[in-house]
Amino acid sequence: MGKGLNSFERAVWVYHLNTGSCNACDIEIVSLLTPRYDVERFGIKLVPSPRHADVLLVTGPVVKGMDERARRIYEQVPAPKAVIVVGTCGTDHGVFYSSYNTAGPVDQVIPVDVYVPGCPPRPEAIIEGVVKLWAKLESQRRGVQETAEQDAAGKEGVAL
Amino acid sequence: MAEYSYSYKIPVGPVHPGLKEPIHLSFEIEGEEVVNLDIKTGWVHRGIEYLGLQRNPIQVIYLAERICGICSVCHAFCFARAVESAAGIEVPLRAEYIRTIIAELERIHSHILWAGVAAHLMGFDSLFYYTWRVREEVMDVLEYLTGNRVNYGILAIGGVRRDITTDGAAKIRENLESYLGLFNRLVEAFVEDPSVRARTRDIGVLTREEAIETCAVGPTARASGVATDVRQDQPYCAYADLEVKAITPEAITGETRGDVFDKAVVRLFEIAQSIEIIEKCLEGLPEGKISAEDKLPRLLNQLKKASGEGISSIEAPRGEDYHYVRLEEGEANVTAWKVRAPTYANIPSWFPMMKGAQIADIPLIVASIDPCISCTDRVTVVDRKKGTTTVLTEEDLRRLCVEKTRRMLR
Repeated sequence: MGKGLNSFERAVWVYHLNTGSCNACDIEIVSLLTPRYDVERFGIKLVPSPRHADVLLVTGPVVKGMDERARRIYEQVPAPKAVIVVGTCGTDHGVFYSSYNTAGPVDQVIPVDVYVPGCPPRPEAIIEGVVKLWAKLESQRRGVQETAEQDAAGKEGVAL
Repeated sequence: MAEYSYSYKIPVGPVHPGLKEPIHLSFEIEGEEVVNLDIKTGWVHRGIEYLGLQRNPIQVIYLAERICGICSVCHAFCFARAVESAAGIEVPLRAEYIRTIIAELERIHSHILWAGVAAHLMGFDSLFYYTWRVREEVMDVLEYLTGNRVNYGILAIGGVRRDITTDGAAKIRENLESYLGLFNRLVEAFVEDPSVRARTRDIGVLTREEAIETCAVGPTARASGVATDVRQDQPYCAYADLEVKAITPEAITGETRGDVFDKAVVRLFEIAQSIEIIEKCLEGLPEGKISAEDKLPRLLNQLKKASGEGISSIEAPRGEDYHYVRLEEGEANVTAWKVRAPTYANIPSWFPMMKGAQIADIPLIVASIDPCISCTDRVTVVDRKKGTTTVLTEEDLRRLCVEKTRRMLR
């Protein structure tokens, strides 16, 4: 388990966004949910709306037109949030490096926390990536909590 | 007096939980009924054909695989055949048989995947999990044979990159036997189950005339009673020795209605057909080389000297896949490359299927042709003038289709 992952405090809900992927990563992600890998037993769940998600999982090289959608969807995910890129083409364009219709790899459109390279990566690699991200998300959440507590304490101080 | 219209529009996509890939569908609805449909594609357009013109044929193989991750071998397969026909390369018979085996294994995985997705859309999730668990077995065999679960990288120009050893053949046989055992359970779950039948019977009907009119291909056409199959009509590779017959629902259930149920029946029984084909291929697997030219630099020089055009069409899991390639002497790169993926031919069949359908049936009908948007978007032309995109109507699609055929003939 990654550093910083103390407990399974809460389930991690993932929203999957396809920005022009070839389906290879996408079917490997669906494989993750089905009995062979079954990540739902760890509390990792795919949700149908970005507003319910903790994690935004992005596949594909971000074709033109989808960059605007990716930004809008990223903004709809409530904080604390994290972004994971699955696949080489989302990481650095891979075979599509000289295409005229891409708006840059995912990290040029929205901030990215974890990259899972591979064309497509094996399901085990995607699980590893999600675990790393989970650790990051939990430390972020603790950070948010601490700041909130400090803020609350500060306000009380003023009130007194 | 002003006339009132009772119809309203429901936009679906490009990002929507009911869709697995980005595509924009705009439905005109009256009450619960779909009156009209508009499609806007281009959300997955990566300009692959243009990229292909900057690379040599050996590199394009890997690009062709990434047109689609589900039917990855068929694009590489089709491209390799087109290049071989342009350059006059003779493929060893053993390689032809290995290609056939891999293509049929891929058909099994693709059809099981579709069955799972259809079950999921019906709300029958236990069946979805069951089919995908079963699918992992063929993925294991494909991984054993090629080294990869998806995007196998086994096709090469002039042959294949890996041989099927006796171990590999034993693994395939073991897998096929297990599938023969499971097949009856799948038939029970899809064909005999009353709830699946109630959900799919007379939904999304495509008549035989409509299928011919919209130029549908593959299982979509076969489910409407059009007995078309490239493996039967223009046999290639090992299919010439096997006498493949197109599967139509009439032969199985005794009637053809062209609905979602018939499409499921056709796909399921094609799994059984693929098992049979692979068994025959393994039996008759000839000895010999697996590649016309092992040394890549020499192959590259041979391709550089070649001049000509090549056309090839193969039966992909979703229907006829078609590639056109032109090579010119002294030019290392491919000078022209055109792909017509099966979903591109099948999308117009949505229009007759959708008319009169209920909103709740939309995802099932969309899925019934087993759409592969990443294949399609590589070929769809979308005008982007000052950032605006034109919506493709049925008329436009047909016009583009006709124009493309003319361009190819030129």
